[in-house]
Amino acid sequence: MSELHFPWMETSILVPLIGAIWMQLRGETASAIKGTIAICAVTFLLTVAELVDFVLLNSFEAHEHWPFMNTIFNNEIFVVDELSAFLLPLGALIFLVTVMSTLRTKTPRFSMKWALISEALVLATFSCRASWTLVILLSISTIPPYLELKRRHRCTRIYNLHMAFFVGLLLIGYAWLSFVDAKSSAALIPGALLSGAALLRSGIIPFHLWMADLYEKGTFGSALLFTTPLVGAYAVMRLVLPIAPSWALHAIAILSLITAVYAGGMALVQKEARRMFCYLLLSQSSLVLVGLELVTPIGLTGALCLWISVGLALTGFGITLRCIEARISRVSLADFHGLYRQMPIFAGFFLLTGLASIGFPATVGFVGMELLIEGAVHIYPLVGTMVVLAAALNGIVVLWAYFRIFTGRHNRTLIPMQARVTERIAILMLTLLILGGGLVPQPGVASRYHAAKELMRLRQSNPITKDIEELSEEHHHAPSEHKQE
Amino acid sequence: MSWLDSTFYILGTAVVASPAILLALLGLSTLVGRPLSEASTSRLTQAAVLFSLIPALGILVLMLTFGIRYVPVELGNWVNIPEQEFHFHLKFVFDRLSIPFLLLSCILCGVVGEFTRRYLHREEGYGRFFLFYAVFFCGMVISSLAGTIETLFLGWEMVGLSSALLVAYFHERENPVRNGQRVWSIYRLSDAAFLIAAITMHHLTGEGDFGGLMSSGVWPAGTSAINASQALLVGSLLLVAVAGKSALFPFSGWLPRAMEGPTPSSAIFYGALSVHLGVYLLLRVSPILESSFTLKIMVIVLGIISATCGALMSRVQSDIKVSLAYASLTQVGIIVVEIGLGLRYLALIHILGHASLRTMQLLRAPTLLRDYNELENQMGSRLPQRKSIWSRMVPGSVKKWLYRFGFDRGFMDVALDKWVVQPFISLFRWFDRLEHRTTDIISKESSRESDNIDLHPESTGRAA
Repeated sequence: MSELHFPWMETSILVPLIGAIWMQLRGETASAIKGTIAICAVTFLLTVAELVDFVLLNSFEAHEHWPFMNTIFNNEIFVVDELSAFLLPLGALIFLVTVMSTLRTKTPRFSMKWALISEALVLATFSCRASWTLVILLSISTIPPYLELKRRHRCTRIYNLHMAFFVGLLLIGYAWLSFVDAKSSAALIPGALLSGAALLRSGIIPFHLWMADLYEKGTFGSALLFTTPLVGAYAVMRLVLPIAPSWALHAIAILSLITAVYAGGMALVQKEARRMFCYLLLSQSSLVLVGLELVTPIGLTGALCLWISVGLALTGFGITLRCIEARISRVSLADFHGLYRQMPIFAGFFLLTGLASIGFPATVGFVGMELLIEGAVHIYPLVGTMVVLAAALNGIVVLWAYFRIFTGRHNRTLIPMQARVTERIAILMLTLLILGGGLVPQPGVASRYHAAKELMRLRQSNPITKDIEELSEEHHHAPSEHKQE
Repeated sequence: MSWLDSTFYILGTAVVASPAILLALLGLSTLVGRPLSEASTSRLTQAAVLFSLIPALGILVLMLTFGIRYVPVELGNWVNIPEQEFHFHLKFVFDRLSIPFLLLSCILCGVVGEFTRRYLHREEGYGRFFLFYAVFFCGMVISSLAGTIETLFLGWEMVGLSSALLVAYFHERENPVRNGQRVWSIYRLSDAAFLIAAITMHHLTGEGDFGGLMSSGVWPAGTSAINASQALLVGSLLLVAVAGKSALFPFSGWLPRAMEGPTPSSAIFYGALSVHLGVYLLLRVSPILESSFTLKIMVIVLGIISATCGALMSRVQSDIKVSLAYASLTQVGIIVVEIGLGLRYLALIHILGHASLRTMQLLRAPTLLRDYNELENQMGSRLPQRKSIWSRMVPGSVKKWLYRFGFDRGFMDVALDKWVVQPFISLFRWFDRLEHRTTDIISKESSRESDNIDLHPESTGRAA
């Protein structure tokens, strides 16, 4: 296995952890935001450096240089591969822009310390492959939102119930899997338990209630940080995909598809912006799962592209909504607010990120959606149709929310509501990535395709997952055969 | 590559690049918070239209001179996965269908730009209008020249978004915004139908290229590469897409609603350009219609219904723009019938003639009303109305019903709201209530805090 030139992963995990300790000692004052932004920026740069280093190695996977953790635990804990290499900077960017868009008035509610701990956990999760470490990290990462809900004296029953099931299924499933041969049919039951855990964490219906509840009761920032990195999809990719037979994955894909359409419809009837965002995120993230579980090279590539797109675009959409909420309190969608004149930059960015999230042309999600639909049609034509339907519903939701928030009335405020400098920088960074990835998609798509192929190759090594490859081969050749006829 | 091919390539690239550059310039200046002045915006727009129009005319002259009927301009693959035979091919085609439509788009967009420059002078939304205008223009050029179904979809989406945003241009009033939302909703459904049709075609033929889909020959000589039942499936989906985009029955409601934007610009956009994009698609895929008799009948019936409804409605509307919008619908319906009957050249000429005539009418409409008023004032009475033969032949009760039918715009929006939107919304509201109850039971308390929070206190005194 190749070796990175510097322990980027361990350092990028340590930096926010040290930052959290510093925050604990120093106290979370209003001025702590600047320090947190600096820590998140350094972490982001480290993950970008890790990505560059990894790309230059031209290898499928690589481990750390001077692996400190490996020396302690005598085990290969942090390994980066083509699947996770892009997710690490994406995860770090989500935290950076969320912290950058936090107003000083929000510090009593939005804990910087826990945000940094969550960042370390997300980065550690994305640096891990299927192992006990990953299972433990996934379990621990459920704690920060719980503590926040407790601190805010909100009811935690819904969250606790779902997360307890998630952790339980995860631990039992992985423990069971450790005792059986993962390449035999004995892995089916633990595989099902792990699938259940991943579906719970991803918010697939009927296990999605915790997500809307978290957006309802938690701070918007924490809810964003817990949901937008799509850790549930990562769990599917690492724990379920290598062992689940094709029929099981297709069944999960259908469930994800139902979620995508259902959440798109639910987003349309919400009267409050946060809830609308929650269902929009649920719908689009379910589409990522649909692609992952189709396990065809095209479908997988589409899912991996869409993953990046959803991470970037919906984080942007979310932080815009959060910035508006920070200024005018919770936003109703039952009537018009006419905020365009007060915040034209936010309006433009809201529209851009919203459209990017539904895969509008020339944005980062467009090619991902095309690939996903193409891949879905190859498995079941109806699945492709449903994906298009979900995207159409989400498109209607995005413009509806835009019109409700920014237009419809003449609204005057005496106080400035323009974007601050840090907010503008966050917006500009995301905009460049969204438009850059949309206008020059080939490098990203090629890299994701290579990753998808490796994932397929890994599945081929397991006898119980082999049939899908044959199926995908058949489907892959179908159009050319048709042409010959 | 011969000098002729090189010339075609350079001119063709200029046609497509010009609106894209305009969009990039206007978009970037807005993005960095440094909007261009009115004069710069206007000059850039004029230049972009000219740099699209003149090379297009150059290509036309060269094609006529050398007797060439088909000029593909390949800009390479935007995305390419060779192993999976997946590619997003940027191919633009100049042929007997695309060139007239492209010239029409350039000229009408130029006219709109020129008129808007004056009457939006010193308006707050001047820059915003021209940004959306650039998206629209870019979308129209890409759609007109698209050589692959994916490229056509790209332009189609751009036209859809810009149309919705332009309809909602006066965005400090509720009505234009609601109209914009309705236009967008119908466009999204038609986009979805188009995308499914595109993917189905791709799946059936393994081709995204129109040349491949039509198996042989350039427009209009191609023959379909799919059989009758496949053509019926794909054609039906395309017909939904066309009906949405061209405001055919039962989606006609968006066209009069779209007329509330910054007239006469929007009126020209929708009444003369956007409304023809759907039938342009039908013309482009017309060889598919030939494969299925049932599909042809469907197209003809749809055209007849739309034309009849449009004729009835246009006669009884009280607003001149709405009346002209329905008159447009009548003509578009007739064009659809022509396409269904296989009269492709006639349909193309009809599109060009109708778009030009309608543009002139829409530009003249406000002054016509004033002239009409002055004339009646000078006469001291109403202008004499000539009764048609129908008014004597049709019974009174039928006339009353037809009047109501026309005046209420065929009850189409009401029917769509009642039979499509409301059941959908009711179903999901029921799901929402179910979720609410479930979370209440689990929480053992009221779980939806947003119900109790005072939402949107955005009025001046309360904003934080």
